[in-house]
Amino acid sequence: MSSPLDQNQQALLDSLTASLNPTQAIWISGYTAALGKGAAATTNNKNITILYGTESGNSEMLAEKVSKAAKKQGHKATLTNMADIAPKDLAGIDTLFVVISTWGDGEPPETAETFYNELMQGGIDLKGLNFSVCALGDTSYEKFCQTGIDIDQQLEKLGAKRIADRVDCDVDFDETFATWEKIIWEKLGSATATSDISTTSNDPAIAFDKKNPFPAEVIDNVLLSGACSAKETIHVEFSLEGSGFQYEPGDVLCVIPQNAEDTVSNILSATDITSSAEVELKNIGKVTLGNALKNHLDITSISKKVATNIQTLSSSDELASLIAGEEEISFKDWSYGREIIDLLEFVTLPATLTAQQLVNCFRTLPPRLYSIASSPAAHPDEVHLTVAAVRYQTYDKERKGVASTYLADNATKGTKVNVYLHKNKNFRLPENSDTPIIMVGPGTGIAPFRAFIEQRAEDQANGKNWLFFGDQKYNEDFLYQLELQDHLKTGALTKLDLAFSRDQPEKVYVQHKMLESAPELWAWLEQGAHFYVCGDASRMAKDVNDTLIEIISTQGNKSTEQATEYLNALKKAKRYQRDVY
Amino acid sequence: MSDKLHPNEALKENSDFLRGNLAEEFADTSTGAISADNQQLSKFHGMYLQDDRDVRADRRKRKLDKAYSFLIRVRMPGGVINPEQWLKMDYLADNYANGTLKLTTRQAFQLHGVIKFNLVQTVREMHDVALDSIAACGDVNRNIMCNPNPDLSSAHAETLQLADEISAHLLPQTGAYHEIFLEGEKVLSSEPEEEKIYGKTYLPRKFKIAIAIPPSNDVDIYAHCLSFIAIIENEKIIGYNVSVGGGMGMTHGAEDTFPRLADIIGFITPEQAVDVAEKVVLVQRDFGNRQDRKQSRLKYTVERMGPDGFTSKLEEYLGYKLQPAKPFEFTTNGDRFGWSENSNGNLNLNLFIPGGRVIDTTHYPMKTGLREIAKIHEGEFRLTANQNLVLSNISPSKRKEIEPLLEKYGLTTALDSSAMRLNSIACVALPTCGLALAEAERYLPDLITDLEEILENCGLRHDAITIRMTGCPNGCGRPFIAEIGFVGRNPGKYNVYLGGGFFGQRLNKLFKESIPGEEIKPLLTPIIQHYAKERNNGERFGDFVIRTGYVKATTAGNNFHTLT
Repeated sequence: MSSPLDQNQQALLDSLTASLNPTQAIWISGYTAALGKGAAATTNNKNITILYGTESGNSEMLAEKVSKAAKKQGHKATLTNMADIAPKDLAGIDTLFVVISTWGDGEPPETAETFYNELMQGGIDLKGLNFSVCALGDTSYEKFCQTGIDIDQQLEKLGAKRIADRVDCDVDFDETFATWEKIIWEKLGSATATSDISTTSNDPAIAFDKKNPFPAEVIDNVLLSGACSAKETIHVEFSLEGSGFQYEPGDVLCVIPQNAEDTVSNILSATDITSSAEVELKNIGKVTLGNALKNHLDITSISKKVATNIQTLSSSDELASLIAGEEEISFKDWSYGREIIDLLEFVTLPATLTAQQLVNCFRTLPPRLYSIASSPAAHPDEVHLTVAAVRYQTYDKERKGVASTYLADNATKGTKVNVYLHKNKNFRLPENSDTPIIMVGPGTGIAPFRAFIEQRAEDQANGKNWLFFGDQKYNEDFLYQLELQDHLKTGALTKLDLAFSRDQPEKVYVQHKMLESAPELWAWLEQGAHFYVCGDASRMAKDVNDTLIEIISTQGNKSTEQATEYLNALKKAKRYQRDVY
Repeated sequence: MSDKLHPNEALKENSDFLRGNLAEEFADTSTGAISADNQQLSKFHGMYLQDDRDVRADRRKRKLDKAYSFLIRVRMPGGVINPEQWLKMDYLADNYANGTLKLTTRQAFQLHGVIKFNLVQTVREMHDVALDSIAACGDVNRNIMCNPNPDLSSAHAETLQLADEISAHLLPQTGAYHEIFLEGEKVLSSEPEEEKIYGKTYLPRKFKIAIAIPPSNDVDIYAHCLSFIAIIENEKIIGYNVSVGGGMGMTHGAEDTFPRLADIIGFITPEQAVDVAEKVVLVQRDFGNRQDRKQSRLKYTVERMGPDGFTSKLEEYLGYKLQPAKPFEFTTNGDRFGWSENSNGNLNLNLFIPGGRVIDTTHYPMKTGLREIAKIHEGEFRLTANQNLVLSNISPSKRKEIEPLLEKYGLTTALDSSAMRLNSIACVALPTCGLALAEAERYLPDLITDLEEILENCGLRHDAITIRMTGCPNGCGRPFIAEIGFVGRNPGKYNVYLGGGFFGQRLNKLFKESIPGEEIKPLLTPIIQHYAKERNNGERFGDFVIRTGYVKATTAGNNFHTLT
């Protein structure tokens, strides 16, 4: 192919390409390709707002991709966090793309809560607005993608025009997201402009990602729980040497787990198929069934989708009526405490069942996200996690959390674990190192705060640091006790409040300790303190939130509404940040 | 010997009457421990800092500090409490301690495993039922012991009252305990605080008092600093013989430390008893050794001054002479198990509590059983000096309600144990006691099981032999007056002592040093067999081993270490 470049251009290009490493070369190719697309699309540029509501950062990341792709096509793109906009501001916008995740029991992300509630109240006219929604969720939850569904329906109800159908993405969202993106660009009349940045990172610093994870060597794996603890919390250290990962305290490490040997063998014996049978997996290719079940597929979490797949295979009437809600017990209640193995044992599988039919029932094994427990300044080339190994018994079966027990049982010193980095811009130390911080992190929620305290110690930051930690028993579950003692001695940690729930008859939790120190906590807030919460979303984070409102109200002489407003203002100012799960 | 006062003396002097900065350190949540200085002071309030030695090794690897907790020892003169108090201790054991109650050799409760942050609440709840831990440890008079069998009703009631009176009289006057644990702040008073009896530096060392009613020497009067032996004529106490200078503790390898039996120095009237107790304390306060804590118990003061010298100093403090001691006879230092009847027709049941440990196990829900009894019992619970328990003053009609509970929870089954087991004592030792060199409470039951095999074969199952094991030579289980004594030397190894007097009248003698636990049975088998075959009629095991030359008799503390 003859080059369209003149001699000078060719010389510049040659000198540039000679200096490129492979990663840079890939980036350049994406960059120049996008330039070309941009030039081609100038005829039909639109004014697009990409609106996202994010908890873990996935929605934000995908929204950014849409925004970048839009710009490259010559559109005017505005990327907006739901936290920063009111629904009435949507009026007057030409085209709106929404990327929104769903959490817990069908709830919007914390930062999108206000926007969501106001939108659902209605009372605004959105005629003239063109929109499409990409919903993120997890099929193992009952109200899969509920927030996306609600927003999609409400926008239409308020007069907006849906230009492309909503898509509902499961935990392995890449493929569904790509489909959605393809359709929205088609609808906007730029048929060729699907972004190809969703598969290849355009950030040269991150060469390893979800598709191409980094095999990180385990440097250490120790049990943090005491000998008589009811818990099994471990501390795992990985080497990041050669990964190129640049992380900050608050970021998240994604672990690609493997299913346990016994989980796999239980599935095999329930289905009576040999593990050496060959199957074809999308994006992977041909592998043995054993390999597919161990490394690639979610073979534990029950969803209506997987139940329906198994019902189709087995033609089980009982399962059909269970799914249809015709039994005394709802499908949700039946599923609680059960796993896929129970579904397989519930039905009679046909003798003709093939390995391929079986794997087609299952979704891709999702990665697990862990808040990083180390500061890169304190531990160069390392990343640490605090992981609670989940093991319990239901319906006479031993159950275990896939990733947590994979790390506890298999991530021994010297082994390698596939990981990639996930930035969490919504959980950051204050830019001003003099700003005081209050951290509430019971249980493994302490992880990012270990990183925060280490980072502030390394930075010799002047800001005061106050940690609320809690767990079951002082002598068994005081995670990182020796380190925290050292931080108190050096002054890196200013205050430490502890709540152990099982050391006395009445349960004491972190929020009780906050109340005990209400005047001082209020004083810190008034001094500009940032307030962070990490850990259990279902109870702890709610209780801490309520307690915070109570403290603001009583100490600041405010009504509950005023206190809530005060807290919302803190959220807006990024002074109230949560990393809850 | 150095003239320099032991550092603890300055510590006491400067402690603001035992306050130190305990309150401040209790509020420090980052550690479950307190400073070494405050650990000395907390003892005066009945609390010892300990840590779980079973798990010490890998705590650091787990980024955890040592598993610190406290022992709380309760002050309860004569070991008598009511059912409400029993229920409270049972509750505290479950909710703030390790789920068990230890009945000690001083007729007290010990709670183990109380973390620092629960001390205040535990003390408050004890206070709610009129129990406290003041002076249960430390350089002061500790829990006063008294015979727990109330079948000689009037005499027993009188001795128990004396125990209460002396306890109250010798109680430290400092407000520290109330401030730190109950009030939460310093109580302002116009009176300057003072300790009329003790002074600012209290005693040189711990001080122990016991009261016995012959013929039972269950409280082991010869093992205490000061004892009163009730002299009864026509079922009335006419007065007490006084003995001074007993004590068990010694240090391995230090021959100037030794167990010593008390000397009987005279007779006093009941009215003089409190005064005598105070003055013995004062003589020890003024003449006890404050330089070397290994020489500071009253027994060394008596040894140094001689019993006569001590007595004349005491008489000088009293301002009157003691009368000559009256004759009396002891026949046992064990407990009288099973049912007994009081003169008022009420009944008592002496239960056997192995190792003094009230605990629920899968096969034996002892703690639950005692709780259920406490809910309906109208008499008292009495802790014995041998770590056992007497349910006292049960009316004949109540007995009918209690007996099904005894049956249901198997509480009387243990009474069928061999006489050796029934006459055994073990201290706590590992894993919580910081002094322990070897196991005791967790090992003695198994060792006795081994020995029972020989006893069965020799037909000695029902012959009482006192057997005691302690994890160290400090002597909490009074091992040096047992017929067979084991004292921890190294992990798994024990010094074996033989020849103590069956009713506590003679110290034993080292028979073999540093014997591994598994060699104890082969070591003792031929001696027990020999005893079964060749003992004289009524001859006690302790006397037999001396007559047949296994060991020489120890005739006084200062020849305890003389082996030949």
